[in-house]
Amino acid sequence: MPSDSFDIEKIALLARLKLTAEEQTRLGRQFESILNHIDQLNQLDTENVEPTSHVLSLQNVFREDEVKPVFGDGKYLPLAPRQDKDHYEVPKII
Amino acid sequence: MHQPTITQARHQLKDKKYSAVELLDAVYKRIDAMDGKVQAYVHLTRDIAHRQAKEADQKIAAGEDAPLLGVPIALKDLICMKDTRTTCASHILENFVSPYDATVVLRLKDAGAVLIGKTNMDEFAMGSSNENSYFHVTNNPWDLNRVPGGSSGGSGAAVAANECMAALGSDTGGSIRQPAAFCGITGLKPTYGRVSRFGLVAFASSFDQIGPMTKTAEDAAVLMNVIGGHDPMDSTSADVPLPDFTAALSKDIKGLTMGIPKEYFAKGLDPDVEKAVREAIKTLESMGMQTVEVSLPHTEYAVATYYILACAEASANLSRYDGVKYGYRSEQSDNLMDMYTNTREEGFGEEVKRRILLGTFVLSSGYYDAYYLKGQKVRTLIKRDFEEAFRKCDLMVGPVAPAPAFKQGEKLDDPLQMYLSDIFTISANLAGIPAMSIPCGQSKNNLPIGLQLMGKHFDEETLLNIAHQFQKTTDHHLQHPTL
Repeated sequence: MPSDSFDIEKIALLARLKLTAEEQTRLGRQFESILNHIDQLNQLDTENVEPTSHVLSLQNVFREDEVKPVFGDGKYLPLAPRQDKDHYEVPKII
Repeated sequence: MHQPTITQARHQLKDKKYSAVELLDAVYKRIDAMDGKVQAYVHLTRDIAHRQAKEADQKIAAGEDAPLLGVPIALKDLICMKDTRTTCASHILENFVSPYDATVVLRLKDAGAVLIGKTNMDEFAMGSSNENSYFHVTNNPWDLNRVPGGSSGGSGAAVAANECMAALGSDTGGSIRQPAAFCGITGLKPTYGRVSRFGLVAFASSFDQIGPMTKTAEDAAVLMNVIGGHDPMDSTSADVPLPDFTAALSKDIKGLTMGIPKEYFAKGLDPDVEKAVREAIKTLESMGMQTVEVSLPHTEYAVATYYILACAEASANLSRYDGVKYGYRSEQSDNLMDMYTNTREEGFGEEVKRRILLGTFVLSSGYYDAYYLKGQKVRTLIKRDFEEAFRKCDLMVGPVAPAPAFKQGEKLDDPLQMYLSDIFTISANLAGIPAMSIPCGQSKNNLPIGLQLMGKHFDEETLLNIAHQFQKTTDHHLQHPTL
């Protein structure tokens, strides 16, 4: 596995995290040892093994599409750090 | 009023030995006296609890009954309770007030519980020591210089220090069982899907389960009766019948077969832990149980598999903390992208960032097959190990953790060593099976040791049954720390 190609800056951007230079160095070093440990999975032949995404054999459940009251009291807007009357406020997008 | 269990408190409340308000006042008095040392709680909900205790007294006076009427219970601070803060011990949710109740909280309220406060934890349940809390560490009541375990370390310490009758925790890779072992209490991670996750702040959705942390197996059964069962609000909640767990406690355990997974006694196991666990196995044998050696050959791959999959799920789940709809927002930004990245950089602690980054990496283009898909395939192998082993036994028995509680700071600089301390608990989450920790002895330096019982899917009854019978025969669960 190409664990030597862990590009921490690129991954941080994908994860929407801004890391300090010091964090980049420290976390980068720790990732090296974590990924080395993870690489031991390569010892296992999983060619014909089905992946497990869920431990119980759940089946899709169909139900009638009934109109029900909104869960809770619906007063979620006031939880936002910045909001105005009926909308969320965010910094300029374009 | 000394160290009552839920079951004892229920009797004493019914017999009017004391009122629910008096019981609550005694618990808060204990918290006020002890929590400066232990630091198990993040915040207390005195007003709500007082109101609930008063209501409980009115109901008791009116001759009403409910399974937890008047019983003070604590919640790990990632379980939402309406109109109170749910912080996940994170700066990013420091001031978040839950707009609704988690399903387990609704069920506790319906059962008459008095909800006294929210307990400390590793931030977003990521950690094995409670040292990753944004607010403060929690100290192990048995030795204040040691960790209580994690991530439900606050709940474990609160029960051990008698700062509540019982608590709820959550377990993604051992977060109920390991602190239960470190604090000398009883903890049960139910089968995945047994308890609704609705209102539990998500860490890794295919692993997370809420469960009881109590003084006895009997109390764990009482709580399971209340919190378990199908919930339409959680699409992964299993629609299977909920047994009366208390009815299972007194069954005869003679003739049941316990599997001893040989990989759980490999090198690296602390000698005190091995001795206590082997003695517990002998005790169970003397009670009429059979023993058979079994193998879980992929045990050594469990930690690697878990950290791929749990971090992948965490990176997706925690993408919601973007500073827009709730939680913390950085003020340092003049465009949207900066607001996201600054908010998350300032809002998350280092362990959370580490796991988000690892999860983002294993899901990223070019690495998905090599890591995430590989992890899902090894998860299948680990699941098959359990299916195979359970053909030969009714449950499996082994240690919870390789060693008793470690010292604060000991593993803080080496995340991999911290992850590896979860080696015996993680597999149960990968396979989705129920597993339990009960006290089975003490180390030479008087630290509690946990015995792990692992059961078949939806067979919590056998675990609770054996745990209860073990506790009727032994007194390990009756040992208390001197504070």
